Amino acid sequence: MPLPPTWQQFLDEAGGLSRFTGRFFSQGFKPRYEITELLRQCYIIGYKSLPLVGLTGFIMGLVLTMQLRPSLISYGAESQLPAMVGIAVVREIGPVITALIFAGKIGSSIGAELGSMKVTEQIDAMEVSGTNPFKYLVVTRVMAATLMLPVLVILSDAISLYGSYLGINIKGVISMDLYFKQVFDALSFDDFVPAFIKTYFFGFAVGMVGCFKGFNSSKGTEGVGRSANSAVVVSSVLIFILDLLAVQITDILGLN
Amino acid sequence: MEQVLTIKQESKVLEVTENVLVIKSLYKSFGENHVLADFNLELRKGENVAVLGKSGSGKSVLIKCIIGLLVPDTGSINVLGRNIEELSIHEMDELRTKIGFLFQSNALYDSMTVRENLEFPLRRHWIKLSAGERDKKVMEVLTNVGLAHTVDMMPVELSGGMRKRIALARTLILDPEIILYDEPTTGLDPITGKGISTLIKEMGEKYNTSALIISHDMSCIRATADRIVMLIDGRCYAGGTYEELRENKDPKVKQFFE
Repeated sequence: MPLPPTWQQFLDEAGGLSRFTGRFFSQGFKPRYEITELLRQCYIIGYKSLPLVGLTGFIMGLVLTMQLRPSLISYGAESQLPAMVGIAVVREIGPVITALIFAGKIGSSIGAELGSMKVTEQIDAMEVSGTNPFKYLVVTRVMAATLMLPVLVILSDAISLYGSYLGINIKGVISMDLYFKQVFDALSFDDFVPAFIKTYFFGFAVGMVGCFKGFNSSKGTEGVGRSANSAVVVSSVLIFILDLLAVQITDILGLN
Repeated sequence: MEQVLTIKQESKVLEVTENVLVIKSLYKSFGENHVLADFNLELRKGENVAVLGKSGSGKSVLIKCIIGLLVPDTGSINVLGRNIEELSIHEMDELRTKIGFLFQSNALYDSMTVRENLEFPLRRHWIKLSAGERDKKVMEVLTNVGLAHTVDMMPVELSGGMRKRIALARTLILDPEIILYDEPTTGLDPITGKGISTLIKEMGEKYNTSALIISHDMSCIRATADRIVMLIDGRCYAGGTYEELRENKDPKVKQFFE
């Protein structure tokens, strides 16, 4: 009995993405290394994403604090606000929200850029000029996304906690020293490490899906738009799946 | 006996050096669509050969097989004395530096300036060049195509004809021995197209290249080709000079000259 078309399409996509990932591992660590292009991509993917990630992180911390405060007051636990926000931001909200913002900005931009290069034969032009486009375009972008997202998450967490500190000070008074002492007292090594490690996987997923969608773009300009769009959708779903897996693994390892 | 062997060896060497491209019994299909079926071609050093055929006849597939963007089903392609099916990825990349490819769409890197477009192959393959030498080489090819003033412009700021010239300049920058032209005048007005045809001929003579020109533009073919090969039904249907083919009475050949 043949599979329904949607299932077949899903399996085709999953198979294609798996082969593409396999190609990354088979080619990505062999010379020639595209160091200059990798650094350029780190600048574009990391540094240029900083304003957006910083802004969303700041608002996230501020809003989270303002939303949590009434509930904690009703339980008489207002003093626990810095600790609660700290744990929520560092363990879950910071990595996941930053990764989703990153997927929206970087996933779509990689998908659209490589998609338009594909349909205008620029990738073929690179290949016929004796340059391996997979190494030059894909490996550099995936590595840059993998390396830059954890850095962005750390910065976003810091800005988010600062937003939360300002949020507390809107209706109350707390010194910065006391606020951060309460935050770090509530956090342990087991909170930081799994949250930090999973961001590498999130970054890898965003870079890989963006490149896969762009590299396999077809059907002209319509295909470019579709590549950009599906890069965001698929990488966002993958972020949640990876997050779920990370929680299960940390639970098994007793790090929760 | 020894003398005969030497003569045979010499003639083999001569054959290899004279023919820069030899295609034998090339087959390529996409599903049930047999695009190339027993296609044969020889391109001699310094010669310009045009492959003439209708749209969808497999002309672009042919040159994509030559450059290794597509893998033929069967048959052999020998470029500059080397069978491409036997080459490793690294060897193929090396060979590609001796083959220029002018895309129908130009395929200029639109995130780079004209200078960066031209420097890209130099930075990757002629890595020992100093910045000054690289700049000199870029300006030399740009001057040859008459567009030295566009060096710091972006491709999007250029007209179709100018973009074609820049793409040709990028093709010439590594001093290739063979240039493959994919529909070089398609999408251009007749005057610009004529200018590009003249430029192809001039650059071929200046850089001493051999060229395979894929086209259905008869004025371009007439201006650039020393010999024409007609690609019909996936094979080399007829061949000869422009004048010889124009006198051909076969209806399939004649339709191109009417």
